[in-house]
Amino acid sequence: MMTGGNQNASLRKGVNLFVFTLTGISITLTIGILCFLLLYILYMGLPALTFSFFTESPRSVGEGGGGIAHAIVGTLKLLGIAILIACPVGFLGGIYLSEFGHRSRIAYSVRYAADVLTGIPSIVIGIFAYTVFVLPLKHFSTLAGGISLSIILLPIVLKGTEEFLRLVPSSLREAGLALGMAQWRMILTIIVPSAFSGILTCMMLGVARVAGETAPLLFTAFGNQYWSSGWLEPTASIPVIIYTYSISPYQEWQQQAWAAGTVLLLLVFFANIFSRIVLRRQEKAAR
Amino acid sequence: MTNVIEVTNLSAWFLQNQALHQVLCGVTLSVKEKEITAIIGPSGCGKSTFLRCLNRMHEVVADAKVEGEVLLNGQPVYGVGIDPVLIRRRIGMVFQKPTPFPMMSIYNNVAIGLRLNGIRNKSDLNERVENSLKSVGLWEEVKDRLNQSGTSLSGGQQQRLCIARAVAVDPEILLLDEPTSALDPASAARVEELLRDLKKRFAIVLVTHNMQQAARISDMTGFFLSGGLIEFDTTKKVFTNPANPRTEDYITGRFG
Repeated sequence: MMTGGNQNASLRKGVNLFVFTLTGISITLTIGILCFLLLYILYMGLPALTFSFFTESPRSVGEGGGGIAHAIVGTLKLLGIAILIACPVGFLGGIYLSEFGHRSRIAYSVRYAADVLTGIPSIVIGIFAYTVFVLPLKHFSTLAGGISLSIILLPIVLKGTEEFLRLVPSSLREAGLALGMAQWRMILTIIVPSAFSGILTCMMLGVARVAGETAPLLFTAFGNQYWSSGWLEPTASIPVIIYTYSISPYQEWQQQAWAAGTVLLLLVFFANIFSRIVLRRQEKAAR
Repeated sequence: MTNVIEVTNLSAWFLQNQALHQVLCGVTLSVKEKEITAIIGPSGCGKSTFLRCLNRMHEVVADAKVEGEVLLNGQPVYGVGIDPVLIRRRIGMVFQKPTPFPMMSIYNNVAIGLRLNGIRNKSDLNERVENSLKSVGLWEEVKDRLNQSGTSLSGGQQQRLCIARAVAVDPEILLLDEPTSALDPASAARVEELLRDLKKRFAIVLVTHNMQQAARISDMTGFFLSGGLIEFDTTKKVFTNPANPRTEDYITGRFG
């Protein structure tokens, strides 16, 4: 009995060591690749990151200097449209799924549709937006680009909102109702505030994700060497700049592509950090 | 003394696996003013469902069904055109697990019910929040940190905060669903003490697993078994000389 136990113990310890080593290797690989990626982008991009890079429009090749201010503004405009469309719709839809629909057939289909939508390659969404919003108007536009980004953002916000609302214990819903609150008031004053930091985080992460989408923008917002003044003209954007500059034959453009990549990286990085701070602060308040 | 709640032939069902599952069968019982009515019985006997039928919380669960009559101070709770939301405002309820609203301060946790009932005046609110917190013995403990989150309190304090929230709006009756079973003994004793005090103002229905608790603080006791009310009498009678042998078996610990 005892010896058997000891044999099992040494086998168990061996297996433990083996698996432990495997997990260690995996984590080292993951972190290693991430660090290498980050450092390499920063190494290539930082030298070209000057103040004028953020404030100036591009100059002609050979002139030197110039920046991507038009693309930064373009990306912000595109994201603005995407947020304006996807966040309210996703947020309200998420409330429906979590609080009203539950197990209804509609909720089931909406969830399924959102899952499918998440899985659609972004280039397909680009072609779709091109056919529906660009062809009829006969020109590329910021609006079409923003809409195509919103299609990618919508299911992220929808599912995220639903998930974070469902994390709120149902005892709080009952307590609200038992106090004599109508359901809508209970949802607005108790459930949504309790889940809000989580919902906000998922929105930010979703926005950070679509900020880097390139494929749908190639068909819709297209790109622009100059300032785009309105919403119905094509506009430059950071990811498209990275794409066009990096495949160009000019070394200074390639350099600027790295710098643009760094800007995008920092944007996503700060969105991430900011959302985490918000989340932590709210969690602290809830404790 | 007048009856605050009169229940006649109350039955309730749940839809479970697409079959109606009866959890209460024909319960008739009344609750008197300024008394604590304890509801005891083994798990699954329907005592929580009974409580939730009184303020129409049973129907919050999808596919639940209720039949029979409940009168709250003479008015039908299940009448045609009666808004369950308004019924619930007249009935305070406290749950097993303390449920302070996490994103609200201690102050707002109590004030929210008052605001719901149309009290907006700042000094009115302050006064009534203070009074409710005093009536649950929490005022001295929290008066310097009313702006902190309700969840920053200990479990026992949270439960008393929930009771304060319920009594702040002066309900006609207070329903408590095993209010002390998630608390440590000292906190539980405090809540019991508090209930003795509160019964001077409210009728109280207390669902409890703890028979000693029922014997200690209640005036009337109802014993539920498999959805039926087996015995309902004064607490003294039920615990010393029960009429039904099954009540005696339960109370003496032979089952349950």
